[in-house]
Amino acid sequence: MSADRPADAPMRVEDKLFTLRWKHDKQSHIDITAPEVCVETCRGEWQRPCTTFCPAKVYEWQAEQEKIVIYFENCVECTTCLLGCPYRVIDWRHPRGGYGIQYKNG
Amino acid sequence: MSNAEKFDAIVVGAGPAGASAAAVMGRAGLNVVLLERGDVPGAKNVMGGVMYGRMVADVVPEFWKADPPLERVVAEERMWLATPDDVLSVGQRTTHVTHDDGCPNAFTVLRAKWDPWFAARAEDAGAFLVPSTTAVDVLWDDAGNVCGVRTGREDGDLYADAVVICDGVNSFLAKRARLEGHPPEPHHLALGVKEVIGLPAEVIESRFNLERGQGTTIEIYGSVTQGHSGYGFVYTNRDSLSLGVGVLVSHLMRTKRTPYDLLEQMKQHPMIRPLIAGGDVLEYSAHAIPEGGYDAMPRLYGGGVLIAGDAAMMVNGLHREGSNLAAAAGRMAGETVVEAHRRNDFSARSLAAYEAKLRDSFVVKDLVKYRHLPAFADRRPDLFEIYPRLMNRAVHEMLTVDGLPKRDKQRKIARDFLAARRPLQLVRDLYETWKVIR
Repeated sequence: MSADRPADAPMRVEDKLFTLRWKHDKQSHIDITAPEVCVETCRGEWQRPCTTFCPAKVYEWQAEQEKIVIYFENCVECTTCLLGCPYRVIDWRHPRGGYGIQYKNG
Repeated sequence: MSNAEKFDAIVVGAGPAGASAAAVMGRAGLNVVLLERGDVPGAKNVMGGVMYGRMVADVVPEFWKADPPLERVVAEERMWLATPDDVLSVGQRTTHVTHDDGCPNAFTVLRAKWDPWFAARAEDAGAFLVPSTTAVDVLWDDAGNVCGVRTGREDGDLYADAVVICDGVNSFLAKRARLEGHPPEPHHLALGVKEVIGLPAEVIESRFNLERGQGTTIEIYGSVTQGHSGYGFVYTNRDSLSLGVGVLVSHLMRTKRTPYDLLEQMKQHPMIRPLIAGGDVLEYSAHAIPEGGYDAMPRLYGGGVLIAGDAAMMVNGLHREGSNLAAAAGRMAGETVVEAHRRNDFSARSLAAYEAKLRDSFVVKDLVKYRHLPAFADRRPDLFEIYPRLMNRAVHEMLTVDGLPKRDKQRKIARDFLAARRPLQLVRDLYETWKVIR
């Protein structure tokens, strides 16, 4: 049994995402409606949980730019961020028909 | 709407709920369109995945004779209570894997393979499948009834007497159709992450001691969720394992743990690692699971509109059921629209029969039974750690033969329990748990 991605070896999320296939759209299906909330309000109690709960690492806090950068191409459309954003400033919509994640197994 | 196309019914989403509704209506001769936002049904869908035959057979009679893409028929179910070092296992292996008519009771599936097959049965029944099409809004008539959907396509308005919303968890159309009650909360949602791990069928059958084509399911409570409410699972497929973990989003928000880290650590558990050794990670996946239960359900119907499946919070998390609730509800939605079509009355009053059917079935009865579980799971993640640990220590003590008399061992176990929880806390934990699952 030879394995390309051995199941019992440690695997980074980047490697996990590498197992996936998407049809990428040029336009993002995700937006943040009030970026200032991420900068100030969410820095306190909640500490920008989207950067940790998202299973596809779509949201990343960029300290120099003082903003959340959205890697919408990684999105697996789990919809967790719709309720997981404490201030509900993530405007996530379904990708246009036919675009986005295409699971082979699901 | 003179030159726009009008259907008898539009179904949004070709998962188990939508395909069931479309099949029932198509078979009754209705002109049905089944919209799917993926390029094929199932492309967006993830579940553990155990599917239940009875609810599938209610839509596609004797489906098991039609070579469906099911993975393995479940012959053994185990529940593990885990600590980092040991697991306490309870379970059942049975020879009764089918109902009396031959219908398999439970079987594993991979949704990207199962859903296209099931949706094709709706097409056989006459439904018109339109893939790669996202429904973005509902359309209203002058009387305030839903009369169609707006799709993301150009000139994409479609009209129908009835719209059946089956667009999945965090339903957009439920909001647009004004069915949503109070907005859902993070503890109404679990996040499941999973890997499909390829292994030869013979290896799986040997590791799990299985006959050909038969399968095992393992639900794992305890240390694998690392202080979050939820559970891990290992399910056998034909030539792969589905291994994953689902935890409440409200807990992930607080702990700042990443879901893929939970999954990675679970794979390193000493009792799980040997099961996946030599396997190849074929696909990672993640999906939200609507675990809010009865009290978080939307209104189930309105004028010209019905809602079913994940979109309507139809998940029984404790019993890992969901796709079967979806198929049953989709069927009942379809039957309701067929009856409304005969009466030519699609008013809310006419479609209320749908809710009556659901209330009379296991779908709503089970959700009512466990209605207090979601809030309890949110409040008490500690129980998921404490009791698997105490119970494993107790069993380990009794099984360790070290010269200590058994009565002394029992005293030691009692002391161990009382060190972790005061007597009143033990009673309260037991009572509260019993109260939410009785």
